[in-house]
Amino acid sequence: MSARWNRKDLLGLRELSADEINFILETADAFKQVGAREIKKVPALRGKTLVNFFIEPSTRTRTSFELAAFRLSADVINISTSTSSLTKGETLKDTARNLEALHADILVLRHSSAGAPQFLAQRLKTSVINAGDGAHEHPTQGLLDLYTIREKRGKIADLHVVIVGDILFSRVARSNILGLTKLGARVTLVGPSTLVPREFEKLGVAVSHKIDNVLPDADVVNLLRIQHERQRKEYFPGTAEYTQLFGLTKERAKLLKPDCLIMHPGPINRGVEIDSEVADSLQSVILDQVTNGLAVRMAVLYLCGGIATP
Amino acid sequence: MKQTKQSPSAGVPIMDAEAIRRALRRIAHEIVERNPELRSVVLAGIPSRGVEIARRIAEFIRASEKIDIDTGIVDVAMHRDDVGARAELPVVRASKLPLPLEGRTLIIVDDVLYTGRTVRAAMDAISSFGRPARIQLAALIDRGHRELPIRADYVGKNLPSAATEKVGVRLEQTDGEPDAVWLFKE
Repeated sequence: MSARWNRKDLLGLRELSADEINFILETADAFKQVGAREIKKVPALRGKTLVNFFIEPSTRTRTSFELAAFRLSADVINISTSTSSLTKGETLKDTARNLEALHADILVLRHSSAGAPQFLAQRLKTSVINAGDGAHEHPTQGLLDLYTIREKRGKIADLHVVIVGDILFSRVARSNILGLTKLGARVTLVGPSTLVPREFEKLGVAVSHKIDNVLPDADVVNLLRIQHERQRKEYFPGTAEYTQLFGLTKERAKLLKPDCLIMHPGPINRGVEIDSEVADSLQSVILDQVTNGLAVRMAVLYLCGGIATP
Repeated sequence: MKQTKQSPSAGVPIMDAEAIRRALRRIAHEIVERNPELRSVVLAGIPSRGVEIARRIAEFIRASEKIDIDTGIVDVAMHRDDVGARAELPVVRASKLPLPLEGRTLIIVDDVLYTGRTVRAAMDAISSFGRPARIQLAALIDRGHRELPIRADYVGKNLPSAATEKVGVRLEQTDGEPDAVWLFKE
């Protein structure tokens, strides 16, 4: 029995123990196998209602949560910025209370403000799953990255994971750093000094501004998307210069160990942070990340949505 | 059915290792008798003791018939009908069945048959993998109190019990204790 899990919400990897993270990954193993069945659907969350509440646009995360919910037999409602009454001046809390009045059991929230999921989790009986809050955390992305590394390399502890790109504004980076260090990996962050300040060393990771020095020792390279929508000009050197300094070009890919994994949370900007051919190479596990995201989200929905509500 | 761990000293002994061995050997013989096409049989254990019992039955069949029959694992946790109603969420594990199931005789194997709800969930899980020709049921202990129209085809021991009592099966491989079946009074 699962004495290893008693949370109704998943807000971030910061508050999870290594054992809780491992338990989610083990649960995802079981759900990944559902995708290979003739009938890819189990009744685990039958009769539960999930609300996908996305205040920032996102197709892939929302679709992944939606499909995960379908495979668990939950009913799904999608609400995006344009269809929400937030545009009519309703506060986040009032909108959420309305959703609760409809007896929604699970609320998957994507929000531009850090802490929005926590704000709601403390006020609602509904399970709240953080699908990305500002530059804070994106826990299911962090978990699916951990799952993919564990699946491909058989372990996480003692691996050297290099995360490249816009770390400062990246919730994906933050969740990855927290999860990887808890499970014993060695992490190096690489990027322009404006986007990868030295302060990150306080999180127990190394910081480098020269990618060529770091790549030969990497077991995993996780390339983050340049988030043009979050970028301010003074932070970012410009696309061509970024590619020249930090992009994983064909030349740079030759520096990697043959078994080094290449990861990217998507959507990829081909030719910017990663060369097109490198993205499609055998070392690339970018599409495995998508498949695993589904299994990890099924596990999270099952664990948070399935526990008895007091 | 999972039973909570209790010290054996508080219980009444029902079966010892030898009695369990004989009961499983008899079940193996009955399976051979009832299924002329033995090669089509799959023994699908429900984790974790059902998987071990299925392995032992397969061993008895191998010894007497010189045939390796297929075994598998059918996890029921994600097919239960009481998620959210239980204080603790059942741990989900991956199922493992030899595919395709079409044309095969699938025998569900569990340690204790009680309400029948676990078996219903197992049949539901199996149907998501395919459509076996038939499904049968083997249990080491049948303790009665069915809540669904389900009965076992192969039973190691019928154990009349009160609903307030608990049946504890211990197997060396799954529990690290000597093979035994106990009845605990509440």
